[in-house]
Amino acid sequence: MPHPNSLAVVYFIVTVAAAMVLRVMSIWPGLDPFNPDWIVLVLIYWAIALPERFGVFAAWSVGLLADVLTGRLLGQYALIYALIAYFSIKEHRRLRQFPLIQQCVFVFFCLLGSQSIIFGMESMQAGNRLSLEYWYPVLTGTLMWPLVFSVLRYIRVVARIV
Amino acid sequence: MVSVTLLVMDYRGSRLNSLRSLLAFAVYPLQSLASLPVDSFESLSNTVISYVELQKENRRLKEMQLVNDARLLKLAALEKENIRLRVLLENSFQLGEQVLVTELLSVKLVPYEHTVVVNKGSRFGVHAKQPVLDANGIVGQVIRALPNSSEVMLITDPDHAIPVEVNRNGLRTIAFGTGQPNRLHLPFLANNADVVPGDLLVTSGLGGGFPAGYPVAVVDKFESRPDKSFANIYATPKAQLEKSREFLIVWSDSTPVVLGEHAKQQAPETTESPNAAP
Repeated sequence: MPHPNSLAVVYFIVTVAAAMVLRVMSIWPGLDPFNPDWIVLVLIYWAIALPERFGVFAAWSVGLLADVLTGRLLGQYALIYALIAYFSIKEHRRLRQFPLIQQCVFVFFCLLGSQSIIFGMESMQAGNRLSLEYWYPVLTGTLMWPLVFSVLRYIRVVARIV
Repeated sequence: MVSVTLLVMDYRGSRLNSLRSLLAFAVYPLQSLASLPVDSFESLSNTVISYVELQKENRRLKEMQLVNDARLLKLAALEKENIRLRVLLENSFQLGEQVLVTELLSVKLVPYEHTVVVNKGSRFGVHAKQPVLDANGIVGQVIRALPNSSEVMLITDPDHAIPVEVNRNGLRTIAFGTGQPNRLHLPFLANNADVVPGDLLVTSGLGGGFPAGYPVAVVDKFESRPDKSFANIYATPKAQLEKSREFLIVWSDSTPVVLGEHAKQQAPETTESPNAAP
């Protein structure tokens, strides 16, 4: 049996894929504006938990796939995810010590930053008047962080990835 | 740095289309997966539909078929007459249009844009800027064709505009999307324009994007603003943008499009194209 750590890549790919599915899933049309960016949450978790395995380049690749997935300009999410992964990896020691609430604050600012960058890019492309609804995913994403965190930690503990 | 370069390149040109198509192969299964719950629910509700209901629906459809057939008879005669008249006027006229039936994937790309994904892509010859219809009217246009799927911008998207004319009197204008579902805005008509609620707006065919004469929307509110030079007019799209699951992608070009083998099995209904070049 291979060492659990060599399976880390598989777990990483599966969780990111699941996040991507959640990202574009539309079960109840009224809830769509609240659908958070699950991919960012998963990326932040792996960046904090396994900074030595999971780098900025992996985040960048995931971002490129997210661009194609959501039909944005190529490189938009790639840039954002790479930046977020960079900060998460840089601060991972501190972030690990934080209680969940403080992590939520960090996640909130990550999401706010990413949404602001997207806002800038979308406004550059077209005179798209974005309503207040545009900012809801920042809030729901922050609220979902404890859930994502505990689910992914459970997966990591069960899979014994260190 | 690489991201910024990519961003600029993608914005400026179409050189990255091949890269996007390549990545789309990896992403398409995820989109299908996301669409699965809704699809399976639909198929389940189709399976457990009762016999009585099926019978009822069958009868209704047969009646509709009869009515449509009768209308078509008349339409054929009118079409011939139209062609004859156009020949008299020495106008060339292109009638034939080829369509491809496509199904919606229930995914939401971004909540603030009215963009949907359909399950036919460039492998079927779909390309950007093609008009998309449903049974009732114009739905939108293809903005990006990926190998297995394509992204369709609906006419209600805030960035979408479509050239229309009032069916009753041929008054031409442009209808913009509002970002609200089932609402179009016509900002460029004067306060004294001859438009009343209930007027049908059809595509004018100007601009070349959409074929002429397809229903787009029905005017539902005319609000004259004496202090401004233009009136505020709102219209409701004819197409069932929220409910339809099957759309038609239309080739309105004069050149016939070669469809893939699989597309032929899907039976793209080709209307014959009577050529009326003088």
